[in-house]
Amino acid sequence: MRNAYSAAGIVAVVAAMVGYFLVLRGQTFAGHALSHVGFSGAAGAALIGLAPLQGMLIAAMAGGVCIGMLGEKLAQRDVAIGIALSFSLGLGLLFLRFYTSHATQTSTLLFGNVLAVSGETVRVLLYLGLACLAGLGLISRPLLFASLQPELAQARGVSLRLYSSLFMAIAALATVLSTQVVGILLVFSLMVGPPAAAQRLARRVGTGLALSVALALASAWLGIALAYWTDWPVSFWITTLSCATYLGAQAWAAGRRHGHA
Amino acid sequence: MPAPVIELDRLRLAQGGRVVLDNVSLDIGQREFIGVLGANGAGKTTLMRALLGLIEPAHGSIRVLGRAAQRGNPAIGYLPQARGALPGVRLSGWHMVACVLDGHRPGLAWKSKDTRREIDRVLDLAGARELAHRPIAELSGGERQRLMLAQALLGQPELLLLDEPLISLDPRRQRDLIDQVKALQVELGITVLFSAHELNPLLGALDRVLYLGQRHAALGTVQEVITGPVLSRLYGADIEVVRAAGRIFITTGGVEADAGAHQHDD
Repeated sequence: MRNAYSAAGIVAVVAAMVGYFLVLRGQTFAGHALSHVGFSGAAGAALIGLAPLQGMLIAAMAGGVCIGMLGEKLAQRDVAIGIALSFSLGLGLLFLRFYTSHATQTSTLLFGNVLAVSGETVRVLLYLGLACLAGLGLISRPLLFASLQPELAQARGVSLRLYSSLFMAIAALATVLSTQVVGILLVFSLMVGPPAAAQRLARRVGTGLALSVALALASAWLGIALAYWTDWPVSFWITTLSCATYLGAQAWAAGRRHGHA
Repeated sequence: MPAPVIELDRLRLAQGGRVVLDNVSLDIGQREFIGVLGANGAGKTTLMRALLGLIEPAHGSIRVLGRAAQRGNPAIGYLPQARGALPGVRLSGWHMVACVLDGHRPGLAWKSKDTRREIDRVLDLAGARELAHRPIAELSGGERQRLMLAQALLGQPELLLLDEPLISLDPRRQRDLIDQVKALQVELGITVLFSAHELNPLLGALDRVLYLGQRHAALGTVQEVITGPVLSRLYGADIEVVRAAGRIFITTGGVEADAGAHQHDD
């Protein structure tokens, strides 16, 4: 149980902070896609003698850099990402077919099973999580600049493509970490729900990040506790709590606006 | 004589395979308020981007404040053409200004006391202090414009480039903005390039006019540039200049040039 709480805690913090920028930049779909691309890497890893986590990392980060290089044309990007996402999932399915021993792990890969996380995995999550946050901290200033004022940033010499790619690589790392807790399909619950709720409520970046982390931790830890108590899947509880906090934040923000009117 | 702020020497600028300006040579000095005029596609934005070092001259040279134009020149404040706000972003307007200060340098996005003081200073200059507390998504176009003006004043620039700041502003706010920029220009002693589609709103503020068209440029006082012969060459059409009721009308064949020019597709 301690491993589960530790793993969930680390992932919640990383997912919430990276997810904050994902929501701010309107790139949540890309973040979602990265986990799918990672899936094909995880499934195909065994084919080249790598551990699933390593395969997932390589595939997701490569995918992230590609998305970052795609540039700013939103409409084309959405289609390109969607196509790549479904292709990756199909490819992953194909890889799984060659290694039927992995088939039983498919459910875990897709939906996560944080209760089965080992101590070794927690250590890996901690190191990768710290690396992820360090990278994010390093690029946070130009990233915020490029996100809020892309034209000005370009005029000031900030390479939008470079920071987009760097951020997407960091986001890929964060999604891989998230999949270890909530699985590939439910990455949104920690990377998008809490940050989106926080951005409804907070007017400053610092407050928003802190709130994002707090909500993600609450969803993750309360989710594990509820799963332990009810014997229902952890990921179900985490996604439900994440959804509830988002709806709650929407309602609160709307109520405040009407109250002032 | 003090060094010119902008020197163009036989400059040729191309954009998207098309030559926008050719063989343009001119100097713009300190403390000048220059109205940059011309039809769509005449090169107003292209010229500003070249001054910012974002476009390499195809021929000739551009010097800004004594040095060749380069990207990220801290002595230039830039107000790009108005774009739609980020939808649903509830960060306060303060962030629109704050993110620009040192935004190009990697590191944590946290602002120290000194940087906060600088941000407050430019917010006061632009009269945007109250706007800084409101969410970006709730600001009107004019209010966002004022924050953008604040941002352009960060770091005490010597040159201000404002790319068509009057678009989507109603006439009263247009006047307010021009007055505000003129007051700042005089108070801070800086050079301003203010591009627009219509000459008349700027008449009270500008020192000289830079009129672009047909790959040419004409720089001079209103008396020197706004004449039939000069403008005919710039428009490639027969232009008549009519002065009436303290305003100037530029017409071709009875149709007022630039009349529909402030309608944009974006």
